[in-house]
Amino acid sequence: MKYLDEYRDPALAHRLVAEIRRSVTRPWVLMEICGGQTHTLVKYGIEELVGPRIELVHGPGCPVCVTALEIVDKAIVIASIPDVIFVSYGDMLRVPGSHSDLFQIKAAGGDVRIAYSPMDALRLARQNPQRPVIFFAVGFETTAPANATAVWQAKREGLRNFSMLVSHVLVPPAIRLLLDSSANRVQGFIAPGHVCTVMGYEEYEELAARYKVPFVVGGFEPLDLLEAILLLVRQLEEGRAQVENQYVRSVSRSGNEAARRRMMEVFEVVDRNWRGIGPIAQSGYRLRPEYAAFDAERVFGVEAISAPEPPECISALVLQGLKKPVDCPVFGTRCTPSTPMGAPMVSSEGACAAYYRYRRHATPVGAQA
Amino acid sequence: MRFGTVRFGGVTRQACLDFVPEAQCGDYVIVHVGFAISRVDAEEAERTYRLLEEMGVLEEDGG
Repeated sequence: MKYLDEYRDPALAHRLVAEIRRSVTRPWVLMEICGGQTHTLVKYGIEELVGPRIELVHGPGCPVCVTALEIVDKAIVIASIPDVIFVSYGDMLRVPGSHSDLFQIKAAGGDVRIAYSPMDALRLARQNPQRPVIFFAVGFETTAPANATAVWQAKREGLRNFSMLVSHVLVPPAIRLLLDSSANRVQGFIAPGHVCTVMGYEEYEELAARYKVPFVVGGFEPLDLLEAILLLVRQLEEGRAQVENQYVRSVSRSGNEAARRRMMEVFEVVDRNWRGIGPIAQSGYRLRPEYAAFDAERVFGVEAISAPEPPECISALVLQGLKKPVDCPVFGTRCTPSTPMGAPMVSSEGACAAYYRYRRHATPVGAQA
Repeated sequence: MRFGTVRFGGVTRQACLDFVPEAQCGDYVIVHVGFAISRVDAEEAERTYRLLEEMGVLEEDGG
C-alpha cells in the first residue's frame, strides 16, 4: 500500500543501519514511548540491526498496559450489572483485574462487546434505548479526540443511555516522571508520531530544553524508526538536545487543532494512577462537569473503588525502561499472552507480548546453554 | 459529523472526517479508531523517501 511499502524497503533499511553504525562512537540508551513503535522495533529486529552500542528501552506508551488496576475493577463491576452492554477495545478484555477480567464476565453471561471505534458504542446505544451502554475509553492523546466526539455527539443527540468509563492518559507527564527519576538511563527519546499528530510537539520542546535530552518525533514503519534513531544518534554525538520531526508526512509543530479543540471541549486534565507506575500529577483526562451525565463512574456509583497493585510481575520496571521483559522470572513460562500476569503481556502493543511473539526463542547474550 | 469511505489496502470502512476538514476524495489519511487524524502530506512523504534514497545512493557511491 502507498506510504507503507516504501517505508519497509529492505535495501534502504540496510543503508540506514550502516549510516547509524558509522555515526555511533559510544554507547547510547534510547527510548521509544509508543507501544506501536515497540511492536515494529521488536518485530523487525531493529535493536539487533543497529548494533550493540545502541540500547533501545521500551516506554510506557501502551494504553492497555498503563490503565490502572482500579479502573479495570470498575469496568468489571459495571459490566457485571444485568442489562448493561459494556463496549471495549478488544485488548482490554483479557487485562487482569484484582479478581477477574472482562472475558470471564462475558463468559459468565455478561454482555461485553468488542468495538473498533467509540462510534460503534454510540450506534449500540441508539439501537438499544432501554439498555445502558457503556464505552470503556482508554488511551493516550491519539484516541482522545475520537472518544471525546462520541460523548459530544451523544449529548447533542440527547442519548440518555450512553456513558463512558474514562481512563485517558497523557505522554509528556510520564516522560517527565522518567527523567526526574534518579534511576533514569534514557538519553534520547523517539516521540510518539500519532500522539504528536494530534498534539503537535511544542510540549516536547519544553522537555528537551529543560532536561537537555533530544527528541525525534518518529513514525511507525521500519524506515521511520531507523531514521529517527539516526537523527537521535547524530544529536547525541554532536551534543545537541532539540526536537526534530521525522514523521513530517503526518505531524506538524502545532498538531491537529480541530481534534484538540473537540477533546478540550469534553475533557479536562486530571491526576491519574498508572498501572505499574503509580500516581502521576496532571497526567490524564476526565470528562468535564458539563458532561457528568455521561460519566459511567458517577452513573454506576463506582468512584470509590480502589485496588492495591499486587507485586505479581516486574511490569512497573519494564514500563519505565529499567528492565527488559526477558529479565522477568515468569516471562514466557507462567506469564504468556493466554495467561497474562501483567498488562504488558496482554496487548499487542505491550513490550512483553512483543518479546513473546518475536523474541522468545532468542538466546540472551552470555546466556548459559 | 462528516464521514468518508476509506480504503485500507483491501478493506473499506467509514471514517469520521471532522478533524481533517481539508481532506478531499483521493487523499491518503491516517485513521485511528474510526477517525481520520491527519491527511498524509504527499509532498513530505515523497521528500522523506527521496532523502532516504539519496542518502542510500551517496552511501553507495562513497564506498
